[in-house]
Amino acid sequence: MELTGAEILWECLLREGVEVVFGYPGGAILPTYDAMNFYPVRHVLVRHEQGAVHAADGYARASGRVGVAIATSGPGATNMVTGIATAMMDSSPIVCITGQVPTAAIGSDAFQETDVTGITLPITKHNYLVTDVHDLARVVKEAFYIARSGRQGPVLIDLPKDVQIARTEFVYPEGPVELPGYQPRTVIPPEDLERAVELINSARRPIILAGHGVLMSGAMRELREFAERGRIPVAQTLLGLGNFPASHPLCLGMMGMHGEAFVNQAIQEADLLLAFGMRFDDRVTGNVKTYAPKARKIHVDIDPSELNKNVRVEVGIVGDLKAVLLELLPHVEPVDRSAWLEQIDEWRDDTRRRDILNWDGGGKLWGAHVIHDLWRATEGNAIIVTDVGQHQMWEAQYYRHEHPFTLITSGGLGTMGFALPAGIGAKLARPDDEVWVVAGDGGFQMTQAELATAVQERVSIRIAIINNAYLGMVRQWQEFFYEKRYAATPLVNPDFCKLAAAYDIPASASPGGTRSSPPWRRPAKWTGPC
Amino acid sequence: MKHILVARVENKPGVLNRVASLFRRRGFNIDSLTVGETEVPEISRMTIVVDASRTDATRVVHNLYKLVNVIAVEDISEQPSVVRDLVLLKVNADARTRPEIIQLTQVFRGKVVDVAPESLILELTGEEDKIRSFIEVMRPFGILEMVRTGIVAMTRGSSPNGHAVARGNGSVV
Repeated sequence: MELTGAEILWECLLREGVEVVFGYPGGAILPTYDAMNFYPVRHVLVRHEQGAVHAADGYARASGRVGVAIATSGPGATNMVTGIATAMMDSSPIVCITGQVPTAAIGSDAFQETDVTGITLPITKHNYLVTDVHDLARVVKEAFYIARSGRQGPVLIDLPKDVQIARTEFVYPEGPVELPGYQPRTVIPPEDLERAVELINSARRPIILAGHGVLMSGAMRELREFAERGRIPVAQTLLGLGNFPASHPLCLGMMGMHGEAFVNQAIQEADLLLAFGMRFDDRVTGNVKTYAPKARKIHVDIDPSELNKNVRVEVGIVGDLKAVLLELLPHVEPVDRSAWLEQIDEWRDDTRRRDILNWDGGGKLWGAHVIHDLWRATEGNAIIVTDVGQHQMWEAQYYRHEHPFTLITSGGLGTMGFALPAGIGAKLARPDDEVWVVAGDGGFQMTQAELATAVQERVSIRIAIINNAYLGMVRQWQEFFYEKRYAATPLVNPDFCKLAAAYDIPASASPGGTRSSPPWRRPAKWTGPC
Repeated sequence: MKHILVARVENKPGVLNRVASLFRRRGFNIDSLTVGETEVPEISRMTIVVDASRTDATRVVHNLYKLVNVIAVEDISEQPSVVRDLVLLKVNADARTRPEIIQLTQVFRGKVVDVAPESLILELTGEEDKIRSFIEVMRPFGILEMVRTGIVAMTRGSSPNGHAVARGNGSVV
């Protein structure tokens, strides 16, 4: 059957199982929007293209499926850049589709022309400029395959207007994708496994560093079995939270700059680090020269370029974590490590005594208490989508994630403005779950226009704004490292309740005083307690 | 130590840009990069020379593999191979110095490819050391212009480079 490029695009998206796309129309993508009317796909109209990409990202992280964002050429495409870079840093599988000026006009500085494949080259896993409608079906299929396989990530397809209009016989490329330079399957060398087993069983003070890769690989059960069998404590990265139950006795919680002191103490004293699906980010290691000096290191990652990038390791294993753990598991011996675990517990008790939750708050409402109350009110079962800043770290510390895929946050790029649009995407991916957007007053205002998206699309997310009238994380650094010179961090904010009212969103403020008593359990369709 | 990497890449628009962008983005220092066609029309071949004192060649290999259009990468520095660079030199030459320059060029097994009243263009192919010493020998005469192709390389023996895909940790992601 002869179809237009635009129709072929939608045919291919349907075949990838796409049900929701996030986008914003414009001149160069109009043929695609026009054809959309004839396909059973839900389009969510955002208020800024950055929001479309974050929403697709949130959708992908909540569902494990590929998220899709659509924008027009030029400014539509460049507005996507922050969202794409965010997805790239956190290995989130999304496909972005941008309109482009007609092929004949490319390179002529035409109206709303921009070299988006050039711009996004370093922040996509791969990208395409489709100049021939005959290539389109194959390209869409490849794009989805690349986005969701290996180390997942964003892929962009730039689609000139004439290619969307051109007609051709639609032949869907059946069978597996053929990319000679892309073979994400790996073979695990047996000698590396042997060496790893030897180090694991002889270690007296081992610690597992469990990252995002555990979730991406779906290796939660294997991780738990590994930790329990070897009696090895588990520390988590920010993006790894939820990969191991927070209530588990072997769970230490988050490591690194914003982790508890005892976790980092344990890492510094360990004799073996088992890095599972994490990448030794500088927020995890601090100064790499003094990082875990007593420990040998085993690093398992799906991306070979991560091995020995930041930290030199004794054994580096490239592979899907679940497969590697399944290989290792039968050889892990139940070694008695009670002395090590007791030592860690001692450090942990010391940290606990200083915990802010043990303060009465002194008449003020503390961010950590708000998060703690949110955790109790939701019984730890909500999906929390955080923005970036202090509230993000309080969330990581005080919302105890029992289940996988319950925290969605911008870890690598640290993108303020992420939470609200990503929360909209997450809710659409998992409509039966309670989704809470937790944001600071600064980051929230970066993308607050997406409130209108939530209203128009009737997305029943709940929003908590932790408002201290400061860019809190920056202020914290100014306090510690810049002698309290608070340059450009105080904020004059709108009344967020009135703002919500303008969108017809019920809201209430919790000005503090004692412990927070916001209406966590408000039955309203959309709530925005401030 | 210099590492010579041979990469087989898809012969598609923008692939060179992807490779160059990768080196810039990761801060990789490279001495030279050449690209040209191969025995297979759909595949181009790149020879990349990395100075290991400045850039970890293994990291370059792993990151090259991450590019979807890169089919195979091989570090051939440790293997017996033929390594060649080509230089064109335009040197000052008058009636007095011309015979000496031609004679020296012959010693290096180079060629005189252009003769003008005031200058000569010399062509020399060889390994880098040979090229370098030839340039030093010619410098006193006055080098007016110089261009080099950068290194191309091929391992000795019958097995072709870059056909052994995905060796252990070199596998593609």
